Amino acid sequence: MPDKILTIANATKRYGPVHALDRVSLDVEEGEFLTLLGPSGSGKTTLLSAIAGFAPLTEGRIDLRGRNISNEPPEHRDFGMVFQGYALFPTMTVRDNIAFPLKVRKRPASEVRKRVDECLGLVQMEDFAERMPAQLSGGQQQRIALARALSFEPQVLLLDEPLSALDKKLRADLQWELKSLHDRLGVTFIYVTHDQDEALSMSDRVVILKDGRIQQQGVPDELYKFPRTRFVADFLGKSNFLDLPVTAREGDEMTCRIGGTNFPVTAPGATASGDVLNVALRPERIRLGAPGQELLDGIVRQVSYLGERCLVLVDHAEVGPLMISQPTWKAEVTPKAGLPVSFGWDVDAPVILEDGAA
Amino acid sequence: MPRLPDTLRYWFLVLPALAIMIVFYIWPLLGIWQISLTEPTRGLDNYTRMFDSSAVTTSFILTFRIAFKTTIGCLILGYIVAYVISNFAGRVKPLMVALVLLPFWVSVLIRSFSWIVLLGRSGIVNDTLISSGMIDSPLRLMHNEFGVVLAMIHVMLPFAVLPMLANMRGISGAYVDAARGLGASEFTAFAKVYFPQTMPGVMSGALLVFVLSLGFYITPALLGGGRILMISEYITYQIQEFLNWGLGSALSVGLLVATAVVIALAARFVNLRSALLERK
Ligand SMILES: Nc1ncnc2c1ncn2[C@@H]1O[C@H](COP(=O)(O)OP(=O)(O)O)[C@@H](O)[C@H]1O
Ligand SMILES: [Mg+2]
Repeated sequence: MPDKILTIANATKRYGPVHALDRVSLDVEEGEFLTLLGPSGSGKTTLLSAIAGFAPLTEGRIDLRGRNISNEPPEHRDFGMVFQGYALFPTMTVRDNIAFPLKVRKRPASEVRKRVDECLGLVQMEDFAERMPAQLSGGQQQRIALARALSFEPQVLLLDEPLSALDKKLRADLQWELKSLHDRLGVTFIYVTHDQDEALSMSDRVVILKDGRIQQQGVPDELYKFPRTRFVADFLGKSNFLDLPVTAREGDEMTCRIGGTNFPVTAPGATASGDVLNVALRPERIRLGAPGQELLDGIVRQVSYLGERCLVLVDHAEVGPLMISQPTWKAEVTPKAGLPVSFGWDVDAPVILEDGAA
Repeated sequence: MPRLPDTLRYWFLVLPALAIMIVFYIWPLLGIWQISLTEPTRGLDNYTRMFDSSAVTTSFILTFRIAFKTTIGCLILGYIVAYVISNFAGRVKPLMVALVLLPFWVSVLIRSFSWIVLLGRSGIVNDTLISSGMIDSPLRLMHNEFGVVLAMIHVMLPFAVLPMLANMRGISGAYVDAARGLGASEFTAFAKVYFPQTMPGVMSGALLVFVLSLGFYITPALLGGGRILMISEYITYQIQEFLNWGLGSALSVGLLVATAVVIALAARFVNLRSALLERK
């Protein structure tokens, strides 16, 4: 089992009446790529700042390899940080920016020069050493901020929405680069984003925050497949939410009913009791077929073509409208508004949620 | 209706101000140039006298020295004030900015007289010191360079604070955080990261205070008590007491040229700085 590098226990941060963080407990493993994901205002930056030492916690503690660092100033923590707006020092050249952490550590000049060149190479910016930050594009500034944060070989790299200011294409490229940088260097990354695609594509583990609390954490695949709450199911990807009346129950096997149709639902370890199941159903887990071919009948309301797949909104007398995602290359039916269709899903497709239908 | 070309329309907008400037400023100024070259005789006599007179030289040196001291004083005090307001004031920030602006509502004359009340032979400061037994006879706190510089620093302080405040407002707190996160102590982060970014504000504050101080009249006249003759007061003497319009005008031209040189030198310096610091 890998070692814990950081242990965050009961971290709470209040700004007046606002709980920016509310009893957050979290372990960070040595060398992992951990992502803090949440909507704006969920406390991601606050948590990262607390780890970095900029915002002391109201309550709780943070340990670095078993040593309490809650009261240490940021300069003693030895964490690299990439800020949301990069915060490159505008009065210094790119070279001086990257050299800054080395100079304040009083490393010899020859070593500084060598290390800066290495870091410029790491982010493929060798030709830009003598530029001023204002003379760089957003993507280039991002790379320099990364090089600067890595130059002193920190034990942990903290990144606050480093890609959010960039355009979509560049963001996708840099995601790959960041990931491969992480794999090459073996440094622990704590990455903050509000972008679920970024979180899913890069992380070893994702922690979902909302209103200063951890909602759920896990590896991306597990989080996507088994969201525990409606919030997570909605925030990570798209989901349809259904309230299914339970007509029969036998261990994990249940029978639910929509309209006049009964169908089985497996709910491994589901704690849900009562007569109604709140389930989340991923659009891509729903099959579309000709009328009568699948479980339920409906009428196409709207179709949105997205290239590799299309989103179909289907109306049903009892539930609906339901969002269905269909690969365009293997469409059973070519959906069109007004077309009668049928739809259905596998037994394990509906995920039972813990919280109410709210 | 045919529209005027844009540039012409803008000229019309500035026309009233321009007219006032020409009639009440440029025109008399040209008059001064003319007087300096014609009174009492045609030629450069006034200028040769000006350069030969040791009293004039002394006054110019004194003027620059006082302006320099005032500038340094204003920069040091003003920087601290601007820094605290920008970085630590929090909710009381508007109040503190208002307090900086408050002196503008009180005439310079009143502010200078209040310094006389404070610093005079039997002023508040001397009275307090004597009655508390710390000194036996009153200290000379005014009618000397000390008093003039002290009062001028007070009068000029807002002119130093405001440009620095405007400059510091544009500096995100993320820079200092970033510096500290990268291992810099509080002091290093300030010295290496924050302070260089405030240079444009410091430079414009310095320029403003220095140039205003060079031509300042009221405060030095009141606090100097005739012993500290800065160039403006020297000019007044020449014209009012000796009716020496020629030399007085030549001195004015001299002060104007000296000020213009300072601005030209500083403007290059300041521009250079802000070009380096340009941010998107
Ligand atoms: N310095 C502060 N003063 C007051 N409230 C703050 C401060 N910083 C953050 N907050 C509040 O704390 C909550 C979390 O903020 P933040 O951590 O910045 O969220 P995120 O980075 O996820 O968008 C928000 O409600 C925000 O308004
Ligand atoms: Mg944030």
